[in-house]
Amino acid sequence: MKTTKKTNKPWTLYHANLRTKTLVIISISSILLISIFLSSYLIKPDSIITNFTSANQMPSLEHLFGTDWMGRDMFTRTISGLGLSIGVGAFASLISTFIAIVLGLFSSFNKFTDELVAGIIDLFSSIPHILLIILVSISFGGGFYGVIMGVGLTHWTPLARVLRAEIKKIKTSKYVKLSKEFGKSKLWIAKNHMLPLVISQIIVGVILMFPHAIMHEASITFLGFGLSPHQPAIGIILAESMNYLTSGFWWLAFYPGLSLLLVVLIFDLIGENINKLLNPQSAQT
Amino acid sequence: MDTLKIENIKFQYNNKQKILSNISFEMKSNQIIGLFGDSGSGKTTLCKILTGFLKKYKGTININDEKVPTGFNPIQLIYQHPEKIMNPRWNMERILHESWIPSKEILDSFGIKNEWFKRFPSELSGGELQRFSILRAINPKTKFIIADEITTMLDSVTQVQIWNAIIKHCQKQDIGILAVSHDKLLLETVCDDIIYFNELNKS
Amino acid sequence: MTKLLKIRNLSISFTQYIKGLNQKELQVITDLSLDIHESEIIAILGASGSGKSLLANAILGILPPNALVSGSIKYKGNELTNQLRKKLKGTKISLIPQSVNYLNPLMIVQEQAIGTTQTQEEKEEKILRQQKIFKEYGLSKDVNQMYPFQLSGGMARKVLISTALLNNPDVIIADEPTPGLDQQAVTETINNLINLKKKKVGMILITHDINTAIRTSDKIAILYLGFVIEITNTKNFKDNGEKLLHPYTKALYNALPETHFKLTKGTQPSYHNIPKGCPYQENCPHKTDKCIKILPELKTINDTQIRCHHPLIKGE
Repeated sequence: MKTTKKTNKPWTLYHANLRTKTLVIISISSILLISIFLSSYLIKPDSIITNFTSANQMPSLEHLFGTDWMGRDMFTRTISGLGLSIGVGAFASLISTFIAIVLGLFSSFNKFTDELVAGIIDLFSSIPHILLIILVSISFGGGFYGVIMGVGLTHWTPLARVLRAEIKKIKTSKYVKLSKEFGKSKLWIAKNHMLPLVISQIIVGVILMFPHAIMHEASITFLGFGLSPHQPAIGIILAESMNYLTSGFWWLAFYPGLSLLLVVLIFDLIGENINKLLNPQSAQT
Repeated sequence: MDTLKIENIKFQYNNKQKILSNISFEMKSNQIIGLFGDSGSGKTTLCKILTGFLKKYKGTININDEKVPTGFNPIQLIYQHPEKIMNPRWNMERILHESWIPSKEILDSFGIKNEWFKRFPSELSGGELQRFSILRAINPKTKFIIADEITTMLDSVTQVQIWNAIIKHCQKQDIGILAVSHDKLLLETVCDDIIYFNELNKS
Repeated sequence: MTKLLKIRNLSISFTQYIKGLNQKELQVITDLSLDIHESEIIAILGASGSGKSLLANAILGILPPNALVSGSIKYKGNELTNQLRKKLKGTKISLIPQSVNYLNPLMIVQEQAIGTTQTQEEKEEKILRQQKIFKEYGLSKDVNQMYPFQLSGGMARKVLISTALLNNPDVIIADEPTPGLDQQAVTETINNLINLKKKKVGMILITHDINTAIRTSDKIAILYLGFVIEITNTKNFKDNGEKLLHPYTKALYNALPETHFKLTKGTQPSYHNIPKGCPYQENCPHKTDKCIKILPELKTINDTQIRCHHPLIKGE
């Protein structure tokens, strides 16, 4: 029995090593998302024109996702909807991350604050998600602002939990204890030992928060508690299309829904791969 | 010369069985004292208390009749597993310099090679890591070293090298060594005197 | 003496991802050849953290998926395939693991010792055997109903040994059986291991402790950077080690506190930096050009197998 080395063929990704694969996946997915986001801004409102002569058309080369009952191009509408979703996701993630970091740091002060933070996290995660988002969203007055606050104020629990555990782990590690005996200050230890490790957790946490935020934004908008009907959100598109599904206009719901799912999956993919890159021990196979 | 005096050290985890009951002893910085005891007897707990890793104990630890100062601890620990007291994401240079920057001469006497500095802890062998761990401990401000089974995981050749280097350096710098081990023959070879942990931890 | 296990040219390596997913291959064991006979204990001596335990895992076929194995292992003349392994593991080949962590913490000792059984009769028969073996090792009946956390270090070791013996194995692999035990328990464990020879068991004893190896085994194989550099009779470890042929083996022996505590310069490098040619070249006083260029093969001199271009014959 002899060991044979696998030869890497340059034109197939399959045999490429994990590093290359991961980097390729991350860059392709990122380019896709960024182009969706940017193109949604380049679409001028008047490019979604109402044109009753081409209403309810099946998907074709001219209209990739078909047209709706007012003759609007569904592809353009979907893209601008996705752009809006990504925007909401970004704002909401920003708020959530901020809360998670503050609570994570607060938990590291002493035993009491730690227990307190653990309690708050448990309290928030025990309330049904959708319900909480709707409540917060309405209490902030609904609309764009309400949705961002609703999603942002509810999605910090997993990241806060991870940060609390990570900080605790580093704090009780022997090398941090020894660092104290070398006479290093708390600030020095936080800056040199803790921050670099925590930052990689935060990056991964934020990216993995995106898909959740987007899904929840779409679902509460669909339910009518979110963005206003004038905005080209995916949730609105899906809600409207419900009225036409029975008439056989399946593409009105199918393509926008599928695109939303795709965006969510791509965010998941990026998050997982960045995690592999930052914490290589999780990829030892 | 400095004197390390330990009086009436008691320790137990929450209401459970006493681990250390009333330990007292004294040593000077020109001495190498062996502390012999079986594993699981509480030796490591005592080491952790002496070096500040465990804070919730009863009793006093004095150097020259004064409390151990805050900031840099003049009683430093060398641990059985050097990789556990090093940040796995730092390279060896940063790890060593967290304590101090030793001279070329000292590095040579411990057989440290230049190319090791850019490597990470996972890329060095146990013997190589232990050398760094010792170098970190023999900071100029250190007065006593607690060596807890420092060569148990190493081969006998490395064991001799490490003890040779550490004893030479500590005698020159007037640093006292408390060598803790379950290997009586080793303690008899390297120490001036041996304390039996079971007798120490009796009352 | 029947040959139980025949290991030839066994190499184990790992692919590992480090910072930024750069891939690195780590050669842990290189070109290991060993024979294990009936009633023989052969010790494998190597620095800790060097992956000696992987040898045990390789024989039992429980290596992690990122490990690469080459070479052959034969059990009584038959190639040890996964199929054969399944049949033999736990019955004819059994492991005495390093620590109680190998026991299920939520299961009482007796149930774990017996393992899974098909029928009631089989179970009763096994219980009977288990009781007998436990008694042999001085484990009282209370131990049966205990959970692993209630066992002391010495007791746990006895449980692990007797569990390994339950199915009358031919080959036992003992992985670091002595660390963490007090002197009395060490002596007891060593005696227990030696007594297994009467049952015609062949044993591989994996350890980093040269004292345990000398006290227990018939032959010692010394590992350096994953290479077997010498396989010698244990009785050669005496006097000043005149009969030890490899400079490293000799240095190891003479560095013991009970011999000379002699200083030899040079450090054993890490597995990330294995040199070409002889693995010991960096620290060898007899190094020549040949040692730098060519890896010496394992050859037999005076009953000793050695991997060296310049063996120390006649106590040079």
